Amino acid sequence: MASSKSSTDEFIKGLWKENPVFVQVLGMCPVLAVSNTAMNALAMGLATAFVLVMSNIVVSSLRTFIPKQVRIATYILIIATFVTVVDYVIQAVSLELYKALGAFISLIVVNCLILGRAEAFASKNTVARSTMDGLGMGIGFAFALFCLGAVREILGNGSLFGVALFHDSFQKWVVMILPSGGFFTLAAWLLLFNWLKQRKAKKEATATLALRKEVA
Amino acid sequence: MSPSELVSPPAPPSVWHMYRAMVGVGVFCGLLIVSVFQVTLPVIERNKAEALQQAIFHVLPSARTSAAYRLDEAGGFKLLEGDAAGEQLVYAGYDEAQQLVGLAVQAQGMGYQDVIALIYGYSFTEQAIVGIQVLESKETPGLGDKIETDPAFLENFKGLDVSVRGDGSALANPIVPVKHGEKTKPWEVDGITGATISSVAIAALLDRSAEYWVPRIRSNLGDFQGEE
Amino acid sequence: MADDSLWTIFINASLVNNFVLAYFLGICPFLGVSSKLETASRMGGAVTFVMLVSSICAFGIQALLVAIDAPYLKLIAFIAVIASTVQLVEMFIKKVSPALFRSLGIFLPLITTNCAILGLALFQTNKGYSFVQCIVYALGAGAGFTLALVLMAGLREKLELAEVPDVTKGTAMALMIAGLLSVTFMGFGGLGG
Repeated sequence: MASSKSSTDEFIKGLWKENPVFVQVLGMCPVLAVSNTAMNALAMGLATAFVLVMSNIVVSSLRTFIPKQVRIATYILIIATFVTVVDYVIQAVSLELYKALGAFISLIVVNCLILGRAEAFASKNTVARSTMDGLGMGIGFAFALFCLGAVREILGNGSLFGVALFHDSFQKWVVMILPSGGFFTLAAWLLLFNWLKQRKAKKEATATLALRKEVA
Repeated sequence: MSPSELVSPPAPPSVWHMYRAMVGVGVFCGLLIVSVFQVTLPVIERNKAEALQQAIFHVLPSARTSAAYRLDEAGGFKLLEGDAAGEQLVYAGYDEAQQLVGLAVQAQGMGYQDVIALIYGYSFTEQAIVGIQVLESKETPGLGDKIETDPAFLENFKGLDVSVRGDGSALANPIVPVKHGEKTKPWEVDGITGATISSVAIAALLDRSAEYWVPRIRSNLGDFQGEE
Repeated sequence: MADDSLWTIFINASLVNNFVLAYFLGICPFLGVSSKLETASRMGGAVTFVMLVSSICAFGIQALLVAIDAPYLKLIAFIAVIASTVQLVEMFIKKVSPALFRSLGIFLPLITTNCAILGLALFQTNKGYSFVQCIVYALGAGAGFTLALVLMAGLREKLELAEVPDVTKGTAMALMIAGLLSVTFMGFGGLGG
C-alpha cells in the first residue's frame, strides 16, 4: 500500500491530511509564539521548512552510514547545524526580522516535527521521497502558521503584512496579539478542523448506510 | 516459531562504525557552520553598524557623521579602536562642519513586560535630551508600545532638560515622570494614559543613564573635539 | 537587566513572563502531561531540576565559547548538554525511585525536546546574567512551568467530568483553557518592575 505512493503523494499529505499543526499537533511552541503577525509567522514557517527539508535530505543520504545506536544524537547534530545556518542567514538578510523572531529561530532545533520526520521517515526512505516529505510537511507547517498569523494580525492589528485593511475606527482586538490570542486562535482553527473531520465522517457513515440499504 | 525468529538478527555495529558516523557527521556539520558564519559575518556587522548609525542620526537630528568613544579608566573618553566588547560607549555626532552637535547614549531598563532598550541624543548647547529612539521593547501592544509611537509622548524628548548642578557632579533636576497633562517643568516626562508603567520606566531609565553620563560627558567635553 | 534584583528575576520568570503562558515554551509536555495532577507535579519537578543543571552548564559553556571565540557552536553545545543532562537524570531516577521512573514513562526523555529548557539557556545568555542570577532564573522558570502545568492539570481533571461539545474535545479545549490561564497571568504584569 505505502509503496504505491508516488512522490507527489508524499508531498501532498503534509499539506492537509497529515498537516503537522492542525492534525498531528506537533511543533507547537514556535507556532504560538511568533505567529502574532502574518510576516513573522510566514518567515518562521519557511525557516522551519528549510531546516526540515535539508535535514531530511542529509539524514536520508546518510541513512545507511549512521548506526541505530547513535542515530538520535546525529540527527540532533544535523538539525542543530541547519538551524544555526538559518539563524545566521536571517540575521544577515534582515536584522528587523531577526529581532522579531529572536530566540525562536534557535528553538526550531527542538521542534518535535523535524526530529520526528527524520526518525519516522527520512531514515527509512530514499532521498527523493524524503525531500518530498520534508517539502510537504514544511509547507503544510508554514501554511498553518500563516493561517494563525494572518488571523491574529487582522483581528489584533487591523492589517495584513503591515498593510492596514480597515478604517481607523476599527477597534483592534489587542488580545489577539498577546499570547492568549495565540492559544485562542489555534483552538479555533483546531475546532474548525475537528468539525470538518466530523462532518466528513458523518457523510461517509450515512453514505455507507445508504449503500448497505440498497444492497440489502 | 514465528518467521522473524528464523532470520538471524543483524550483527551489532562495531564501535568503529559508530565513531565513524559521529565524527563524519560532526566534521560535515562543523564545516557547514563555519563557512556560513564566515560568509554572513561581514554582512551582519555591516547591517548592525548601519542600524546604529541610523539611530544615532535619528536622535541627533543635525548630525551628519558620528564616532564612537569609550570611557577609559581615567574617567575620560577615548576614540574607540578595535573591539567594542565590554566597553562603555557613547557616540559623538558631528555636523557638516565637523562641529560637535551632541552625543548619543544607549540605555536600558526594566519596563512593564520586559527590558526596554533605547538610545537618546544629548545636546551640549541646549543641555537637554533632544531625541530618543526605542531599540528594543516588548511592551504590551496597543498600550505600552505607545512609547514608540505616541507623538505627544515623543514631544517630551525634544528638549528634556538635563542641565547639571553648579559643580557639575550631578543633574540639577532629576528626570521625573508626571501624569498625562500635568507637565510644567522641562525636566518632567508627560506620561501616557493607560501606559503609565511603561512611560514611568522610560523616565526612570533615562534619569539613571543621564545621572551617570551627563556629568562625565560635560567634564570631559574636550575629549570629543579635535581628536583627529 | 544585569542589575536586576534576584527577587525581580524570580517573579519575572515564574509569573510575569511565565515560560509556558507568555513565551509558549514547553507546550508539548504542557498539553501532553497535564491531564493528571500527580504526573503534572512530578514532571514539573523533573523539568525544574533539568533546568537548574542546564542553566549552570549553559553559563559555563557560554563563558568557554566566548573565550575561544566560537559563538556559532552555541546551539549545538547547549542541546548536547541538555540531552546529556536528561540522560543522566533518567538513569538517576531509575536507580533511586523505579516507581517514579515508571510513572513518568516516555515523558522523561521527551524533556530533551522541551523548548523551555533550551529557551531558558538561550534567554539567560542573551540577557547576560551572572551565575547567581542564572540559578535564580532557572528556579523561577521551573517554578512557573510547574505552576502552569499543575493549574492546567487541575482544570483538566475537573473538565473530564463536564459535558463539552464534541468538536472541542481534546486539544482544542486544552488550548482554550491555556488561553484563559494566559490572560489571568497577564494580571501579574508590572509586578517585577
